[in-house]
Amino acid sequence: MKSRSLATPYLIWMLIFTVVPLGIVVWFAFTDSVTGAFTLGNLARMGTYLPIFVKSLWLAVISSVICLAVGYPVAYYIAGTSPSRQRFFYMLVMLPMCMSFLLRTLAWVSLLEDTGIINNFIRSLGLQPLPLIRNDGAVVLGMVYNYLPYMIMPLYTVLIKMDDKLIEAAEDLGCTPTQVFARVTLPLSVPGIISGLTMVFVPAVSTFYISQKMGSSGTTLIGDVIESQFKAAYNPNLGAALSLVLMAMVLLCVAVMNRFSDGEEVATI
Amino acid sequence: MSKELIRLVDCTMAFDGETVLDSINLNIKDKEFLTLLGPSGCGKTTTLRIIGGFLKPSSGDVLFDGVRINDIPPYKRQVNTVFQKYALFPHLDVYDNVAFGLRAQKVPEKEIEARVTEMLSVVSLKGFDRRQVTSLSGGQQQRVAIARALVNRPKVLLLDEPLGALDLRLRKDMQQELKRIQKQMEITFIYVTHDQEEALAMSDTVVVMNEGLIQQIGTPEDIYNEPTNAFVADFIGESNILDGIMREDYVVETFGRRFRCLDKGFAKDEPVDVVVRPEDIDIVPVNEGMLTGTVTSITFKGMQYDVIVDFKGFKWLIQTTDSPVVGDRIGIKIDPDGFHIMPRSKYSGLYGDYSSFSEEYEELSDAEYIPEDEEGALPGGDV
Repeated sequence: MKSRSLATPYLIWMLIFTVVPLGIVVWFAFTDSVTGAFTLGNLARMGTYLPIFVKSLWLAVISSVICLAVGYPVAYYIAGTSPSRQRFFYMLVMLPMCMSFLLRTLAWVSLLEDTGIINNFIRSLGLQPLPLIRNDGAVVLGMVYNYLPYMIMPLYTVLIKMDDKLIEAAEDLGCTPTQVFARVTLPLSVPGIISGLTMVFVPAVSTFYISQKMGSSGTTLIGDVIESQFKAAYNPNLGAALSLVLMAMVLLCVAVMNRFSDGEEVATI
Repeated sequence: MSKELIRLVDCTMAFDGETVLDSINLNIKDKEFLTLLGPSGCGKTTTLRIIGGFLKPSSGDVLFDGVRINDIPPYKRQVNTVFQKYALFPHLDVYDNVAFGLRAQKVPEKEIEARVTEMLSVVSLKGFDRRQVTSLSGGQQQRVAIARALVNRPKVLLLDEPLGALDLRLRKDMQQELKRIQKQMEITFIYVTHDQEEALAMSDTVVVMNEGLIQQIGTPEDIYNEPTNAFVADFIGESNILDGIMREDYVVETFGRRFRCLDKGFAKDEPVDVVVRPEDIDIVPVNEGMLTGTVTSITFKGMQYDVIVDFKGFKWLIQTTDSPVVGDRIGIKIDPDGFHIMPRSKYSGLYGDYSSFSEEYEELSDAEYIPEDEEGALPGGDV
């Protein structure tokens, strides 16, 4: 009973800052911006934004997959080195997160823009500058860069906890190093993969700042649209409806992904 | 039983300059049950891992069927291992765990099914195919680990303290079970344990190791009856190890008295270690005794009493079905075959005195009841 009462402050916090706001979002989504009356009009307009939803999901999926492809070997390497090296590399992975998200994104802009550091260098070699920014690729790059640590951390955690004896057992039973990886290491790191994908996908699908700074008008994401509803168009009811649909989609995606982990405990950091 | 299968030649293993194995030479015969026995840190697991291919010896050769296999990785060796904590794959069920090795070797699924089913019945796990390994008891997990290794039909099965995690009763059952399986499969078992009782009960050959060296290789009877030095005598069973001098063939002197024994071949007046097993000592009246001493403690052990007797300050352990009384003066009688004579070694004088045993016993007793006066205290102060 005592341990339960310790959770009370947080439960109250959750009530005020999670449950109540969620209720407000739902309220806004189902009311008219002018009259305040109940309406399905906001949700009815979702069709208009379908291409943007699809684009947001698509870029988030690509970013998550690239993060996995880049992050897995990194996590695998770190987990395999000596403990002192592990601490060093882990710190390197975490270090960018100690800096402001905005600053990191702006740093990429100054690197990639047409008159940025890279293109100035290319120009100084007498070559044509490259279109490095204001396209989908740049947005994906920004997402991968910003969210990669969230992929590496759960993967590292799951790999470091793996029993070396299982690897030895697989070798003993006749597995080549490739087979050991495919039949033991990879399946056993599925919980880490699911955690990593979730932790990259969820923020990536709702991001807005990266696409504004590094994308073009064609890479407006659903996060940008929601932001503009509150700040520019001043239609919080439509913004709330968009948020609600986005949330439903994210929950659906996470649920589908968790099906793959087969009810296993999902690794956390 | 006679053909040699594995040979270790001058195998030395050093980690960070520390020698763990020191020039081990060992021949392992086909279809034998060989046990590597020793205290922790003696190098027994290292030896096993060298045979399994998980370690490369720093120097020396490992031969399998006459072929040098130092550089052959584990997955290419005809050897399978039962790991200490089983190391079952938690993401696979019982069937898939057992089928793991066969699938890695791309055996057709139909054959896999037949072999896995057969092997599950060998280890008495029929019908457990689709159970999750994490839901099994320790003994059942153990059986899965054995089946998983044996289904690959290895020439040698390596077992690294496989019964260590089981309770006593189950351990005894599994000892019988392993022995049966070894006979049935007709393959070589190399078994690592620190439990001397287990080693004696199961093995054809016991290899006693300590400090990276092989101390003795022999049948369980040899190891028990004819230990080569004080370490082996002390590690295998209980032993009173006394300082003695070999006066001539068949005559040993210890405690200032000469005794008949069955040993010969020592130099005249050679200092030796004399082993007397506690069960080889008979308690007799004082006037009939070869030696006389004072009983300092008695422990009831079920089958027998463990009696600690003080002979001129040196404490012996005697196992007897009689029950003397603490403080009694008793005589003892030892038949000539009760003496075993060993040459001196670096272990001489380190083992075989039961003084610490009796002190420990007194401490335990003190904790249970506090005597009201000095006379009620257990004797032993006269040491």
